[in-house]
Amino acid sequence: MKLLYLMWRNLTRKPIRTFLTIASVFVAFVLFGVLIAVRTALGAGVELAGVDRMIMIHKVSLIQMLPESYGNKIMADDGVASITHSTWFGGTYVDPKNFFPRVAIDSDTYFEVHPEYEIPAEEMEAWQRNRTGALIGRTIAEKYDLKVGDRIPIQGDIWQTQDGSAWEFTIEGIFDGDKNVDKNQMFFHHKYLTENSGMDGMVGWYSIRVKDPEQSPAIAERLDARFANSPAETKTSTEKAFVQGFANQIGDIGRIALFVSIVVFFTLLLVSGNTVAQSVRERTNELGVLKTLGFSDGQMMAMVLGESFLITILGGGLGLGLVVVVTNFFDLTTSTFPTLYMPWKDVGIGAVLLLVMGFLAGALPAFKALNLTIVDALRRS
Amino acid sequence: MWLTQILTVSIFNLRNLKERLGPSLATVVGVAGVVLVVIGVLSVGVGFEKTLRSTGGPENVIVMRAGANDELSSGLILEQTKLISDKAEVARNANGPIASAELYVIIDLPKKGAGTPANVPLRGISPAAYDVRDNFEILEGRRFEPGRNEVIVGTAASNQFEGLRIGDEIASGENSWKVVGIFSTGGTVEDSEIWCDARVLQPAYRRGSSFQSVHLKLDSAESFQSFKDSLSSDPRLSVKAVREGEYWAGNSAVLTTTVRVVAILIGGLMGFGAVFGALNTMYTAVSARTREIATLRALGFGTSPVIVSVLVEAVVLASLGGAVGAGLAYFMFNGVQTATMNWQTFSQVAFAFEVTPELMGGGFLYALLMGAVGGLFPAMRAARMPVATALREL
Repeated sequence: MKLLYLMWRNLTRKPIRTFLTIASVFVAFVLFGVLIAVRTALGAGVELAGVDRMIMIHKVSLIQMLPESYGNKIMADDGVASITHSTWFGGTYVDPKNFFPRVAIDSDTYFEVHPEYEIPAEEMEAWQRNRTGALIGRTIAEKYDLKVGDRIPIQGDIWQTQDGSAWEFTIEGIFDGDKNVDKNQMFFHHKYLTENSGMDGMVGWYSIRVKDPEQSPAIAERLDARFANSPAETKTSTEKAFVQGFANQIGDIGRIALFVSIVVFFTLLLVSGNTVAQSVRERTNELGVLKTLGFSDGQMMAMVLGESFLITILGGGLGLGLVVVVTNFFDLTTSTFPTLYMPWKDVGIGAVLLLVMGFLAGALPAFKALNLTIVDALRRS
Repeated sequence: MWLTQILTVSIFNLRNLKERLGPSLATVVGVAGVVLVVIGVLSVGVGFEKTLRSTGGPENVIVMRAGANDELSSGLILEQTKLISDKAEVARNANGPIASAELYVIIDLPKKGAGTPANVPLRGISPAAYDVRDNFEILEGRRFEPGRNEVIVGTAASNQFEGLRIGDEIASGENSWKVVGIFSTGGTVEDSEIWCDARVLQPAYRRGSSFQSVHLKLDSAESFQSFKDSLSSDPRLSVKAVREGEYWAGNSAVLTTTVRVVAILIGGLMGFGAVFGALNTMYTAVSARTREIATLRALGFGTSPVIVSVLVEAVVLASLGGAVGAGLAYFMFNGVQTATMNWQTFSQVAFAFEVTPELMGGGFLYALLMGAVGGLFPAMRAARMPVATALREL
């Protein structure tokens, strides 16, 4: 108790210095949090991709389409529980800047394979009935102030209506989901696409739900072999691998984030470590007095280390806390970052870093305090 | 007199720096860290933007279907491409109009390092394509032979994706392409592409006789408006024309903005951290020298030389940090090759980080600013100290 009081008095002795040190640690951990949140957003979906889902695309590239007739052949495989298909629509909503994915889906099966979307039952029913109906995510609804019943025109680019006019959709439902679900998408009936564009018999990609995730590699191999040497060869992978591959396309974001974090961490460690060391150096004399009064070496060391821990825990705790509160409880998602939050696992890593930083910053001065002889300390001024 | 005082005190301070080596060094490293990271992040943006800037002159134009924002989502039929090429404003040479009807598709190729497939752009070109691009040159090998399954590979693509060296075979679906040359268009976006004969690509991607865009050169940059008018007044066409430079800049706006926002965010936050560090160091330096400063004042030195001397010390430390940071950034980042996904064109763009003299200068100025801010408040405190109390202080 006595030690804690001494530590506190030492910190409040030079309030400006203490404040500045805490502030720089605070900044370091805010940065750490932001980097982690961005990295998580860019790898979004990888963690929570359905473990029992696979994606089948055209072997040449995602932009090539697959025959709709593959559906029944895929279902014939013993390991497959259910399948559905989707087609990228693209298009422009008023201005090219208003970008959000628009996907034509098979309305009968899509949500059976993707149960993570939450749609009110009556909206779902209304959408099923309306062939020109669309489902939009909560993010889009809020951003463009759209409600159920609104009509939205989308100018086609890849897909043109046969008379060249814009595609008309009626919003029938607004879907939601937990924070890992991308709510920045629009879904509509595949039938509407085929009827109005003249394209028929082709789909963009298949999502396949398997009975046993353990069997996924074997099933993927079987399916790809099934369509080998056909005009449309396929490439099937688990949804996780597919999403990971997509994230990899962005490049070494993870590595860059790690590099920046290390530089920031090291820089700030130096700054705060230096301040703690400085304040101990200035007090050498006092430490000598305390020792004369009967404080043990261990207590001295604990006091110095404790100060360092106090500073980093206060600053870093506040910084981490701020990021967690802001990203987890407020919705900051944009079309660049459909999800943005700090996972608890990384909060844990941050907390460990915090303790490491507190220890490293205080270790050298604490060690000095430990080895201080009274005579030496008193002589120094 | 006043100047000599400033000079004397400043030099006196700087000479004593080695007495405060630890804290001073911490400031230098702190500032260096900030400058390093800021320049590093910004160099990504500069490198990326450079690939866009140098694409084509003002007379280079891309024509796509009306409503399409990128080549991938565009589509033109053969007759339309002919109508476009035959417009009066299109430049001509011995072979006819300098206009190339092109096909733009994606081919999945493994990215080096990651090993997972990446969307590499594959462009089918017409013979005039070489004349549309001013800076086109073959660096290695030869051009592909029209009508054959041969490709030439952009130098950046060849570096970033696997299996794109001369002699390699690219297996893709039922087709196989032989790499026969490496080309450069002078560091533009198109260096990330693979080129082949459009007429070979059409059947391979089941595109019949259709194309996606026409790349052409106008007889002069000024005829752009009349070219546009002539397109829009043609009832057989529903197309739009954009200058090539604007096309690439517009189709990378999201990426460029993201990089810039990240750089400013990280740089700004880190700058705050470093300023706090510098403030700390300078406050400590001032308080350690309380008696020294008071003695100077008692000897008749004015307040401004004291202020200036503290500022000078902070700025010298920060500029050291700035120089180290900028230098490190140059050696670590300049020329680093990478490729990323441009979501707007749904394809990979390869580019090199570029640490320009302007960036290094900017980083250095930022360091000076951090030093000045970090030194100012401690300097004022030093000046305001009452001489008598300060002399008494331990």
